[in-house]
Amino acid sequence: MEKETVIKVEHLAKSFGSFQAVKDVSFTVSRGDVFGFLGPNGAGKSTTIRCLLSLIKPNAGKIELFGKSYTNSRSEILSKIGSIIEKPDFYKYLSAQKNLEIFARISGASVSKSQIGEMLEFVGLAGRGGDKIGGFSHGMKQRLGIAQTLLHQPDLIILDEPTTGLDPQGIVEIRNLILRLKNEQNKTILLSSHQLSEIELIANRMVIINKGKSIVEGEVQDLLNAQELVVHLEVDAVAKAKQVISSHFSNAQFVGETANELEVAIEKSQVPNLNKALIENGVLVFALEPKRKLEDFFMKIVQS
Amino acid sequence: MLLKNTYNEFVKILAKPRSYLGIGALTLLIAVILFAMKADGSSFISFVTSSFEQTLSFNGNILNGNLIAFIILQMLIIHIPLLVALVTGDLISGEAAMGTVRMLASKPISRTSIVLSKFIAGAVYTLILTIWLGFLALIVAKWIFGTGDLIVLNSDGLVILQEQDIIWRYGLAFIVAFLSLLTISTLSICLSAFADNSIGPIVSTMAIIILFTIIGSLDVSVFDTIKPYLFTTHMASWRSFFEDPIPMGKIIQSVVILLVHNVILVVIANVKFNKKDITS
Repeated sequence: MEKETVIKVEHLAKSFGSFQAVKDVSFTVSRGDVFGFLGPNGAGKSTTIRCLLSLIKPNAGKIELFGKSYTNSRSEILSKIGSIIEKPDFYKYLSAQKNLEIFARISGASVSKSQIGEMLEFVGLAGRGGDKIGGFSHGMKQRLGIAQTLLHQPDLIILDEPTTGLDPQGIVEIRNLILRLKNEQNKTILLSSHQLSEIELIANRMVIINKGKSIVEGEVQDLLNAQELVVHLEVDAVAKAKQVISSHFSNAQFVGETANELEVAIEKSQVPNLNKALIENGVLVFALEPKRKLEDFFMKIVQS
Repeated sequence: MLLKNTYNEFVKILAKPRSYLGIGALTLLIAVILFAMKADGSSFISFVTSSFEQTLSFNGNILNGNLIAFIILQMLIIHIPLLVALVTGDLISGEAAMGTVRMLASKPISRTSIVLSKFIAGAVYTLILTIWLGFLALIVAKWIFGTGDLIVLNSDGLVILQEQDIIWRYGLAFIVAFLSLLTISTLSICLSAFADNSIGPIVSTMAIIILFTIIGSLDVSVFDTIKPYLFTTHMASWRSFFEDPIPMGKIIQSVVILLVHNVILVVIANVKFNKKDITS
């Protein structure tokens, strides 16, 4: 059964004066996707996300959310979305509980105080509801931001750089929260991030945009599998390993070498045979690590 | 949704320290005036009435609560706009400065409702400030100085109003004074829709009041055509209720001009906020 399209963006364009922030961005997000939205700084990610939330009016192109446009169904669409844009900002002079109450009141859903308490517990802020935001750390604000996005049980969650400025522990916490939303609540999530490894770990689909244009879109694993892999090998005899590889895999290319380490570019499907050939020919393999990561793919796409 | 967000705006205003700063400053200013009048009010009265002593003799409690209230209103109606703008000038731009405007505008509430709720909250704050002014100026002053006839010095001369003829005049005067302050509130919220920082709209509001007041007081023919339409020209219309007879035509004209200003400023703010790309 074909999945419902939650976000459909076609040829989106937006200028600020003479500066064209978004030139031609198109992508589609289906229900249940965790969709990675990637691009270098200044690529137009935040502008596109702001267009998705009706914060910015595009000059051209089409945006449909849940099959509807903002022209006729703004309130209906926004009542189904929860979002954090860049960083969650709150009223510093109010407590976490009061802040959530304020946003709950205009969320389009009926949210009780006990539900707010449950949400604070869900994001790990139980017992801190009465504290003023002014004393919160960046990580606590991010978690409160996620609580704010989930209050009204939205179908779609848009997170723009949710891990920016967080320490490693904070990044792991946010990642686990997103995974819980995906696994326990089957939310559709659009995730913009500079942490490419995060996208690789969490997202099932992605789009890469650069200089205001969408470059590539698809399943994360399909896009990565289509690329040539670099395998990092740690062996007892580099020269012998090179000889074995050259004789068995004519398309293999050596891209790096040290005393007992070797890097070889090879198709992913040949990796098991590579390991087998080395062992059968008496080469001791201490480590075999596929090095192709989303970062490499991203850099290749952006630089091309 | 408009009512819910208006309630939100009250919650925010009540939680902001600067909201109490305005009320505190007003209380302090009035306390200083009351103290000064209690300490040396008779000298002040002698100075004012000295030019009439050749032709009139003044008996009874001239320095009473009614006169003190009039003096307070006259003195503070120039300064209270700053206290109003201090809170209302921050209502939209403060959201941009804090970054909360992104969260607010991405909720299922129309931008028109956001703007209107801020105007309503600003109006209620201004009303509270006006009521507090009335309470301190009239009730407290009467409690301290007692009551009596009101002697008002106008450009036409001295007007003596009987004690029983005063309270309804104050009631109507405070309504017009509220409308004047409401115009300040609306102006600062309107300017707030154009800014992304808190201080700009507050300073701009005061600059406009000063500029218009100067234009209104300059006896230069080139400004004669615009003077009747400046809101500052009509901010002292509350005083007309202490004339005899009351120039109702002039007061109604002032009320209409102030109301038109309010409507225009709300429309401008709404159009601007609706068209605004939220990039902050």
